[in-house]
Amino acid sequence: MNGRLILEDGSVFKGISFGSEENVAGEVVFATGMTGYEESLTDPSYKGQILIFTYPLIGNYGVPSKEYWESDRIQTTGIIVSTYNPTPSHFKSQQTLSDWLKKEKIPGLEIKDTRVLTQKIRTKGTMLGKIIFKKNIKLYDPNRENLLTYVSIQKIVKKGSGKKTILLIDCGAKGSIARCLIKRGVRVIIVPWDFDPFNSKLHLPGEQSRHLEGVRQLDGIVISNGPGDPKMAEKTIQTIKIALGKKIPTLGICLGHQLLSLAAGGDTRKLKFGHRSQNQPCILVGSPRCFITTQNHSFEVFKIPPGFKTWFVNANDGSNEGIIHKKLPFMSVQFHPEANPGPQDTEWVFDAFLKRI
Amino acid sequence: MRNLKKVLILGSGALKIGEAGEFDYSGSQAIKALKEEGIKTVLANPNIATIQTSKFLADTIYFLPINDFFVEKIIKKEKPDGILLSFGGQTALNCGITLYKKSILEKYNVQILGTPIKAIIFTEDRAEFTNQLKKISIPTPKSEAAKTLSQAVNIARKIGYPIMVRSGFALGGQGSGIAKNEKELIVIAEHAFAFAPQILIEQYLHHYKEIEYEVVRDSDDNCITVCNMENMDPLGIHTGESIVVAPSQTLNNFEYQTLRDASIKIVRNLGIVGECNVQFALNPNPKKGQIEYYVIEVNARLSRSSALASKATGYPLAYVAAKLALGKNLINIKNKVTQKTQACFEPALDYVVVKIPRWDIEKFKGADEKIGSSMKSVGEVMGIGRTFEEAYQKAIRMLDLDFEGATSNVLLKNETTIRDNLKIPTPKRMFAIAKALKENFSTQTIYKLTGINPWFIERVKNIVDEERSTKKDLQALTPQKLLRLKQLGFSDKHIGKLVHEKGLKVRALRKKYKILPSVFQIDTLAGEFEAKTNYLYLTYNGNHHDVEPLRKDGILVLGSGAYRIGSSVEFDWTSVQTALALKKHNRKSIIINCNPETVSTDYDVSDRLYFEELTFERIADIYDFEKPYGAIISVGGQTPNNRAQSLKQYGAIILGTDPMDIEKAEDRNKFSKLLDKLNILQPAWNKFSTLKSAFSFCKEVGYPVLIRPSFVLSGTLMRICHNEQDLRYFLKKATYVSKEYPITVSKFIEDAKEIELDAIAQKGEIITSVISEHVEDAGVHSGDASIVLPPQKIYVETQKQIEEIARKLAIELKITGPFNIQFLAKNNKVQVIEVNLRSSRTYPFISKVTGVDFIKVAVDSFFGENKRTIKIPQINFVAAKVAQFSFARLTGADPILHVEMASTGEVACFGEDIEEAFLKGQLAVGEKIPQKGIFLSLGAEENKINFLENAKKLATIGIPIYATEKTSLFLIKNGIKAKRLYKIHEKKSPNILECFQKEKIDLAINIVDSHVRKITDDDYAIRRSAVDHNISLFTNIQKAELFIKAVTSKKLEDLPIKSWNEYV
Repeated sequence: MNGRLILEDGSVFKGISFGSEENVAGEVVFATGMTGYEESLTDPSYKGQILIFTYPLIGNYGVPSKEYWESDRIQTTGIIVSTYNPTPSHFKSQQTLSDWLKKEKIPGLEIKDTRVLTQKIRTKGTMLGKIIFKKNIKLYDPNRENLLTYVSIQKIVKKGSGKKTILLIDCGAKGSIARCLIKRGVRVIIVPWDFDPFNSKLHLPGEQSRHLEGVRQLDGIVISNGPGDPKMAEKTIQTIKIALGKKIPTLGICLGHQLLSLAAGGDTRKLKFGHRSQNQPCILVGSPRCFITTQNHSFEVFKIPPGFKTWFVNANDGSNEGIIHKKLPFMSVQFHPEANPGPQDTEWVFDAFLKRI
Repeated sequence: MRNLKKVLILGSGALKIGEAGEFDYSGSQAIKALKEEGIKTVLANPNIATIQTSKFLADTIYFLPINDFFVEKIIKKEKPDGILLSFGGQTALNCGITLYKKSILEKYNVQILGTPIKAIIFTEDRAEFTNQLKKISIPTPKSEAAKTLSQAVNIARKIGYPIMVRSGFALGGQGSGIAKNEKELIVIAEHAFAFAPQILIEQYLHHYKEIEYEVVRDSDDNCITVCNMENMDPLGIHTGESIVVAPSQTLNNFEYQTLRDASIKIVRNLGIVGECNVQFALNPNPKKGQIEYYVIEVNARLSRSSALASKATGYPLAYVAAKLALGKNLINIKNKVTQKTQACFEPALDYVVVKIPRWDIEKFKGADEKIGSSMKSVGEVMGIGRTFEEAYQKAIRMLDLDFEGATSNVLLKNETTIRDNLKIPTPKRMFAIAKALKENFSTQTIYKLTGINPWFIERVKNIVDEERSTKKDLQALTPQKLLRLKQLGFSDKHIGKLVHEKGLKVRALRKKYKILPSVFQIDTLAGEFEAKTNYLYLTYNGNHHDVEPLRKDGILVLGSGAYRIGSSVEFDWTSVQTALALKKHNRKSIIINCNPETVSTDYDVSDRLYFEELTFERIADIYDFEKPYGAIISVGGQTPNNRAQSLKQYGAIILGTDPMDIEKAEDRNKFSKLLDKLNILQPAWNKFSTLKSAFSFCKEVGYPVLIRPSFVLSGTLMRICHNEQDLRYFLKKATYVSKEYPITVSKFIEDAKEIELDAIAQKGEIITSVISEHVEDAGVHSGDASIVLPPQKIYVETQKQIEEIARKLAIELKITGPFNIQFLAKNNKVQVIEVNLRSSRTYPFISKVTGVDFIKVAVDSFFGENKRTIKIPQINFVAAKVAQFSFARLTGADPILHVEMASTGEVACFGEDIEEAFLKGQLAVGEKIPQKGIFLSLGAEENKINFLENAKKLATIGIPIYATEKTSLFLIKNGIKAKRLYKIHEKKSPNILECFQKEKIDLAINIVDSHVRKITDDDYAIRRSAVDHNISLFTNIQKAELFIKAVTSKKLEDLPIKSWNEYV
């Protein structure tokens, strides 16, 4: 079956389908990582996006069972690869990528020249686009709506155990963030993006009420990654404002970094085509150290909030990669210290944060 | 870091199996990196054919052996502030360790730059290294070090068979092997102990994946992995012998990152500053479903793999490592490919590369074809594509062995089955996979037999299936089908064979359908940033070009392709010099080459680099795209030269001599007639399609004769036969004769000198020329011969004749550009053996000795810009070029000098006389001045008499002389004390083998009676055992004579230490 990728600028690319034949529309982005397609596909930050893999061979090691995913389903709207590999070989593989896509009703197209697509997006910026099979559909801009409602959890969940309690605000959190925290011996309570932990009047039924007690004993807050424009997440920004006022130790990751910045009086804007790769070098400001990081974001912090200083800066393009408060335990990073996919070189950020609790 | 003004760099010496062109590449990059910092560079490297030993690179160059004796003298003289040890392979590293241990570096206050020496010593001592890794919880295979044979046996019993034997301090895994039982262990261990004081007995990880990481770390502890690679062949086959893919294909993110983290942890723990390679064994089917891996090797230096990784990613590892050694931070080093970003990042690839080794095992008589844990390959190629299939099939063609692709039908030995060919790894295994698939073997069966991951087998199956579904009809080739074939890397010629048409027909159809390859950049960041890079490849998995053609500004320079016996780094030097010389003519160089160990494939050497096949199809594709001014085919050795006719017919402009005239020199019949016409003598020869006619010709011209069959069953191609019986035997065993496969027979002239002339002509007029002389009489291949410049023993009359012949040939063949003639001279009678209308292997040697850059003159001649003849300046010294052999690595190979080339590299040294230059040269290729004992075995009365004077000289050294029965009797009769040894097959004591094993002998001379062919070849046994016991061996009387003269007339201490600048 042949399908087409049509971009906002009218350009059309023919491809061979290896996924579900759904007509879909979204924002077209590219990622340059060479492994970890299953982690990327289940990363909620990709919500609303059609993802192009620049690495040309995808599907090599099949798809592992759910416990290795970053969320419980495929989050991308569609994927584009140069060559899909139908004969995976890996002891952890449970199904082929094609079967997975079909099961989850996600389209996948093989378009040989993914490099020209990448160059187009690099020079013209991120574009809207659609994958079409038979019927034509309208373009759709995911940044115009609040995507967090699609990816955030509905109910409060408790994970792990420990003396300290961390509130993880789920704006579309990758599973690895909670895993990184739990590994460090803390109790993690995951709450929806719009949950107000400081509402003392709130009552919840059953098990949820026990979790709520935990929320009230929180020692720190982690704001997760997530899709879309940070300015859409007003409720989360409000929550963070209160938290900062209460001087609760706070760590922001990716979207969480942007939200913390906005809450503290900084500002964000959209990047031309974002950073989606596993090889982004970030300099720890004031040191000779540079870390290789995983990234997946369209927006950047360009105005550092008052009282904060730059923590990390991108060695390639100089964009902001993290901020830290000059005195108080507030910090955030644009990259993914939880990795998956990508290098685990900055997992120490979790340690640095937990030390401040 | 203290202020560095002058730094000494150690090279790796001659190219040998396990240590080849990759170190010219890494050394050259290091020199560039230092020069940028304003540091003076002193280079010690006797390999005259390298690019690093060129004036435009190092400031001061010493063509001297890389050992502590000579390097100490260089240090004493040059007083460098620092030394780089990790850019010259194991040779440089071993030398550096000795210098350190002898406190020589301390004595002269020379700082070791980069990785601390203690870390290096650590990684070299496997036992210590294993303990250290245990401390940081990095798993290594169960293993124990053994210093004696009995220790080895005990440890193996403890660990359990099969076990792996590894030897420390050895290049390319020499002396390593897998033993399934005690008997096998003893054979391997004995061999290993001849080269290393300690071996490691290790748990053997059957059919594990082998994965490598290339890591760099700076002195601020920034640490990154530049590339990972996956061996297609499972563990047990040396990575230099494996088909290697980058990046890894079958690892998921968790495995990739776990191994990455482990590499970084090791590198940090060792305190590496610079580059390091870490090799892992990864269980493809771990029992508990969790990751199971072991670290199997760490190289704390630039390596073959790091050169490959540099070319695979575009990340200049050696350049960066040199900067880091100076104390720079990764962030402050620019990414030279993008020109925008910096060196602290990990390249993202949007293509896949496949490296395949090039073996020439069949060129060695008696050599074992099996490949395993020690290196036998002599070169490698790297295919780049956007599917594995595309890259793999490209690489197979790049081997330049007439294989069109993965399904090539390779002659598998009659007595072997496909199963054998899958199970026993040999260079043919890759073809056996396709053959098995054609015969419907299942992927699982092939996996079980080979240990090659099913993923790779499926890719080959994809190729086989695509081929199967191709209808045998050109008309039936739809554009879709043709495109699919091209996307999987099929060549036009291959498709042609499938549809029973010529490749050119397929090409025409393909162009009609507009199925053309795309030109893509290798940009290190998968397109994320706009890159200024000129590093390119072609793919059918794309439909745009990243660059614009250069058109008339550009000139194609065809490189040499894979290194192999007979074509190696010398043709990389000529290619690089050509690219540089084009600048003067305001043309842009476009290099095409496919060998990752070369400097010519370093993207800053040329204006454009196509890392591509040197096949007609691919050159024509690039020619079509670039529409250049023309192409240079005469500087990359025989491979590009072979493309002259087809390119000319295609309409390409060939710079220099017209391909029509090239053909006149290459077609034996045409050339022979031409010589007759010009009254130039040549040895009598003819071609025969029946044995009878061949025998009657031999009778007529008289034996010995030189035989060149056109069909070879096994073993060597050429042979000298001394009598009819000999000839019959050879023809029966090695070949057969028919109309389709005629043999060429030429009269072989005994006791003749071999002389070479290299020259540049312009429109038939010789601009410059130089004559060099072989030490060995004719009968030793010119690539193996020791060559002396200026000639020492050539009559003036002979010289005049040679020059006159060259003049005549230049006019007759209307030569423009480089050419080389080989002559035989006996009693002032000069005969021509062959003419090559291209630059020869001696170009770097003659250019560097005479000071005349022959390539520059050649390039000037292409543009008609040589206004007058160029006189070779008077040479007031002597230079000797000496061949490097790698027989020790080729189990079973007969280490005798003969008409077919066997050497893998060369060095050249300078001296006041021939003895000095030759002695230095011999030491530089690893021969030793005898100090323990000498063994002589001289066949034939004539040889004994001829050798007598030499034997007397040897006696003056004052060490014991041992000899075979007849030789000892002869020596004693002539007043030379000699101890008789029994031959190996006699199994009596005192035996030759016993003396070799007990290390009583360090020089063996074995001169055979070429007229006698024996039933038991005890001479072969002597030679082979000598090589296996690391004893200097001479099999040619002239060469032995010169060596004896040199060691008896020169004292090591007195040899002058002079740099190249002081001579030329």
